[in-house]
Amino acid sequence: MKITYPHMGNLYIVIRALLTSLGLDLVLPPPTSNRTVELGVRYAPEFACFPLKLNLGNFLEARELGADTILMAGGVGPCRFGYYAQVQREILRDLGVSMEMVVLEPPDTHWSELKDKIRWLVGDRSWWEIIKAIRFAWYKARAVDLVEARVLYLRPRVFEPFELESGYREALRKIDQAASKRELDSVVKGFFRFSNRLPRRSGSLLRVGLVGEIFTVLEPFANYDLERRLGLLGVEVTRSIFLSAWINEHLFGGLLRVKGTKHVKKLAAPYLNFFVGGHGRETVGSTVDFARQGYDGVVHVAPFTCMPEIVAHSVLPSVTKDYGIPTLTFYLDEQSGEAGIQTRLEAFVDLISARRERVRKEKH
Amino acid sequence: MVIVGIPRALLFYYYYPLWRAFFTELGVQVVVSPVTNKKILDSGLRTALDEACLPVKLFFGHVLALADQVDYLFVPRLVSVEQKAYICPKFMGLPDMLRARLPHLPPIIDLPVDFRHSGQTWDHFFEEVGKLFTRDRHLIRRATQSACEVHSRFQELLESGLLPPEAISVLEKGEGEIPVQQQNCLLKIGLLGHAYNLYDPFISMNLIKKLRQLGASVVTADCLAPDLIEEKARRLPKRLFWTLGKKMIGAALNFFENRKLDGIIYLTSFGCGPESLVGELVERWAKRRAVLPFMLLTIDEHTGEAGLVTRLEAFLEMIKRRKKNENYLPTYG
Repeated sequence: MKITYPHMGNLYIVIRALLTSLGLDLVLPPPTSNRTVELGVRYAPEFACFPLKLNLGNFLEARELGADTILMAGGVGPCRFGYYAQVQREILRDLGVSMEMVVLEPPDTHWSELKDKIRWLVGDRSWWEIIKAIRFAWYKARAVDLVEARVLYLRPRVFEPFELESGYREALRKIDQAASKRELDSVVKGFFRFSNRLPRRSGSLLRVGLVGEIFTVLEPFANYDLERRLGLLGVEVTRSIFLSAWINEHLFGGLLRVKGTKHVKKLAAPYLNFFVGGHGRETVGSTVDFARQGYDGVVHVAPFTCMPEIVAHSVLPSVTKDYGIPTLTFYLDEQSGEAGIQTRLEAFVDLISARRERVRKEKH
Repeated sequence: MVIVGIPRALLFYYYYPLWRAFFTELGVQVVVSPVTNKKILDSGLRTALDEACLPVKLFFGHVLALADQVDYLFVPRLVSVEQKAYICPKFMGLPDMLRARLPHLPPIIDLPVDFRHSGQTWDHFFEEVGKLFTRDRHLIRRATQSACEVHSRFQELLESGLLPPEAISVLEKGEGEIPVQQQNCLLKIGLLGHAYNLYDPFISMNLIKKLRQLGASVVTADCLAPDLIEEKARRLPKRLFWTLGKKMIGAALNFFENRKLDGIIYLTSFGCGPESLVGELVERWAKRRAVLPFMLLTIDEHTGEAGLVTRLEAFLEMIKRRKKNENYLPTYG
């Protein structure tokens, strides 16, 4: 059995740690590229969301490298993600690609459904071994997040952004390879030491919060490398979603003490008073949160036709009206153009910096 | 007398008789927005988000058409009308979207219709709505009861073969005028699609009327008994968590096995989230089975009528030829 799973940002590092410590054989799809998009777009439904298309492309590329089993997450609605696996299975079947698909999701009737799936995957390994593997994967998620947050902070500040970038790549590679918690800690420490040595400018920078649907927030290929573009324009980006927070909330039931989304969900009212699936409520709540913290603006990303984010986007103007925070929404799919995104970002950065200047003058 | 406005859009075609009966019995006057026209659509397009789907944009238009003549707008938050299922995320956020984009609306009655968990029914919903108008719990209970009676009469009419707009007009005008069923049509077409697209004559560009004029009779998902749909939808490898999507899948599977049908047309609106996956599944199964000609029509506010008519004519012509030759042609003719 050669297992593969779709890319979502740096999640592959975490899942790889989990599965290999359970002794499973993996074939990771090549990093998402234009070819992935091409394959996905060719076979996926035209109006399906972008992540579904990219997932499908990942599967087909992994298949070429010998993968025969797909590991997917699922859900029970109302967002379309919960039905991805079923549609992808039908598409692969019509293409004559025979791959086993294992979908991990909240069970429909009884928890034993999920337990059986995990048992099927891991064989007769003890629950203790499984817990150990999960714990190790969790450490990796934390390490990835620490490094990423550091890069988001430093990108607009350093004089040599490309040196930072290559140090970041190197750190990710080492985190991926690390075999113990001690090794992980030393990689993170090493990256911090390295990044602290980079010469940087001082002074306060424009700060932008990044909100939206989780896949398009976390996968730089899907959001056309928005974080880096903003960083290079001199903007410090803060993400509303980090992997570890998401894992804690969805897999550990919020047991661990990591900053989660509970408080931002509350902040969504009175603009959005009910959950709408996906990350719609978090998008609105995080925008309020960023506004209250005095951020200069919020960038909102979502796949084209994403239902929860369309609801969120509809109510964002009210948040802007009440808090004065500018927001910019990008709907992303294979049709989005790089130049258009760059231009809109530049205009947005101009706007928020002019606004900051105006607010500063009014205060004096 | 208090006036409550009900927009003639979205789930109007399923629940109008129920809602109207409840309010009328409660002593509240009900006003419905006019049948969709260009002005209504345009005002919806102007105010709703560009990225929203056509039915949601249209809903905005209908709300605006009612806004200055009613005391309340009835826009319940439609989360779920059955256990463990949803309608669509946009329905769940609809009252919030309206409030954010149309600041000067009359108060909105946006209590949630949320029957995801067992035991929740219209009774509970109406109890809450009723409290907004009266303290007389007995009156509320009586109004709920008579609303549910009207609703089951509506269901009976649908199962007897009437389409929702016809059944609604029978309920309004009285029993004497049940329209005669079409007989002896040359062709019989299974028509899939959401009620708010199919039965809105403006949005569907009179699709049903056009099909009938071209000599075809029409069967929709609403003509099938709910348990017939449930039974077929259960064949899915995973339970579908959208009520309307499940209806489409169940109806499609019934249609595939219906020997009397000559073809299937699936009408969807551009940017409909659930439909982008459900429609895909139905289309794939139709191709695999290759028993019935199948056509997917996607509409939005830019769709031209001439293009639609041409495609309908071509599709029906293809079916007629196929029937004459009686040999099997591929699904896509």
